[in-house]
Amino acid sequence: MIRHLISAADLSRDDALLILDTAEELAQVADRPIRKLPTLRGRTVVNLFYEDSTRTRISFEAAAKRLSADVINFSAKGSSVAKGESLKDTALTLEAMGADAVVVRHSASGAPHRLTRWVRGSVVNAGDGTHEHPTQALLDAFTMRRRLGRLDGLRVTIVGDVLHSRVARSNVLLLDTLGAEVTLVAPPTLLPLAVSSWPCEVGYDLDAELPKSDVVMMLRVQAERMNAAYFPTVREYSRRYGLDGNRMALLPDHAIVMHPGPMNRGVEIAAEVADSDRSTIVEQVANGVSIRMAVLYLLLGGSESETERAEAAR
Amino acid sequence: MHALRAGADPHAGQAAAAAQGRSASPPGGKVVLGSEEIRRALTRVAHEILERTDGAGDVILLGIPTRGVPLARRLAAGLAEVEGRPAPVGSLDITMYRDDLRLRPARKLGHTDVPPSGVDGRIVVLVDDVLYSGRTVRAALDALNDLGRPRAVQLAVLVDRGHRELPIRPDYVGKNLPTSQREVVQVLVSEIDGEDAVVLGKGPGPSEPEASE
Repeated sequence: MIRHLISAADLSRDDALLILDTAEELAQVADRPIRKLPTLRGRTVVNLFYEDSTRTRISFEAAAKRLSADVINFSAKGSSVAKGESLKDTALTLEAMGADAVVVRHSASGAPHRLTRWVRGSVVNAGDGTHEHPTQALLDAFTMRRRLGRLDGLRVTIVGDVLHSRVARSNVLLLDTLGAEVTLVAPPTLLPLAVSSWPCEVGYDLDAELPKSDVVMMLRVQAERMNAAYFPTVREYSRRYGLDGNRMALLPDHAIVMHPGPMNRGVEIAAEVADSDRSTIVEQVANGVSIRMAVLYLLLGGSESETERAEAAR
Repeated sequence: MHALRAGADPHAGQAAAAAQGRSASPPGGKVVLGSEEIRRALTRVAHEILERTDGAGDVILLGIPTRGVPLARRLAAGLAEVEGRPAPVGSLDITMYRDDLRLRPARKLGHTDVPPSGVDGRIVVLVDDVLYSGRTVRAALDALNDLGRPRAVQLAVLVDRGHRELPIRPDYVGKNLPTSQREVVQVLVSEIDGEDAVVLGKGPGPSEPEASE
C-alpha cells in the first residue's frame, strides 16, 4: 500500500480493489450493536479543513472514531489561519502534536502534496481545489459495485461542471484503473482544456448518452468557483444538462443515479430524481464512512508508517 | 454481493497462504495427519460437542479465517448428521483485534459472517486449525465481545501444538501435536488447498506464531 493518498492515480488496480474489499468488510460494523473496532487505538488523526465541508469532514471523523483513533478537528475559520498563519506553520504545529494522519481539504490544488513534505504522518487528500478528491471516487466506485455487482466494463456518464470538479477528475482516473468506461457530458465551457488527454470519452448531448449508461453521475454546478459566465442562464443549463424525470426515463432499467452532494435541487438534478429509487445519494454517504475506514486502516493500521517514521527521524 | 464474495473467498485464502510462504503441496514437510485421520478427528470432536452441550441446541460454530471456516462447516455437517438438525455456522475475522498489527504492514481482512440468530445467549464454539500462542483466540474473544454476549464460549481446534503465551486452553482438540517452536505446522483443507493434511515442517524460526491461522 502507498503511504499517502493524494490522487486516485496513485492507486494501482490491486490497491484500489484492496480498499474496496476492505470497505466491504468494514461496512458490516455499521450493523453491529457496538460500532467500533479497537484497531487504531492510540493513533491521532487530524482533520485539517481549509474549506467548508459537512459530509466529508463528518465522514472522516466518524471513520476515525469507529476505528478508535483520536480525532482532532481543525477548521480554518476560528483558528490561527484567520490571523494569517501559513499552511507550513500549521503543519509544523500538527507535527509537534504527533499526528499519525492528516486529512486535508484546501482550496489550492496541490496543497496536500505539499503537506507530505512537512509532516511525517500519512496525508489523505479530502479535496484540493479543482484537482482531486480520491476518497469520493473510491466511495462512488464502491457504491457502483455494491449496486451493480461489477465495475469492469461498466458505462459511467459524468455530467456537468467537470471544469471545477475534483470529483470528476478522481472518478475518471479511478474508474479507468478499475476497467469502467467513462463518458463526460458538459457544455464545452465547463470542460478543462486537457480533457482530451484524460482516459475517457467526451460528449455534448446528454439525451444520446443516457440510454447506454449503467451509471449517471450528476455534478454540482460550483457557482462559488465560477468567476466568469460559463453558461447563459441557470434555466438553460438545467434544460440541457439537468436530470429530470423525463430524462431519467431514458436510462436502462438497472441504471443508477449518483451525486456527490451537496445538491442544487432543480439545477443539475430534479427533486423527483434525487428522491427516486435509482438515486444512491444517501447510500453514497453511508458508504463514504466505510471507504474512509478502509483507507485509514490500510494507511495507519500496519507497520509501514512506523518504520518510515523511524527512518525519517534518524 | 454475497455471491461475489463467496466466489472470492477461497482465492483470498490462497493469496494469504502464498503471502505466508505456503503452498498447497508443501515441500519437505512430514505429513502427521492424513485426510482419513482428519475426518475421524472431526467426527470425534463433533460428538464431543454434542455431549458437552446437551445436543448442541444452542450452539453456533464460528470459524476463524482462513482455515477455521471450512473446519467449522465440517463440524456443523457432523452435528447435523448425528442430531438431524443443522447448527448455525459462520466466520469471525480477528484481524482488526490482533495485538501485532503494528509489527507488520496492514493486512487484508477476512470475512466475518455471523448467523442471523446472533450470538446473544448462545453457546459459541470458536473453530481454528492450529492452537499455538493463544493470541488469535484472545483476539477472537475480543471480537466476539463486540458482537454480543454469548452464554458460553468454547474452543475447538484441529491441532494443539503447545507453546501457549496466554492463559487459554481448548475445549475440543483433534490432535495434540508436541512441537518445537522452530517447527511449522501447516493445516491443508481441501476447500482451499485441494487436499486434507496436517504437515509438520522445519520453519525459519519461532518468529511466526500461529502462521497457519
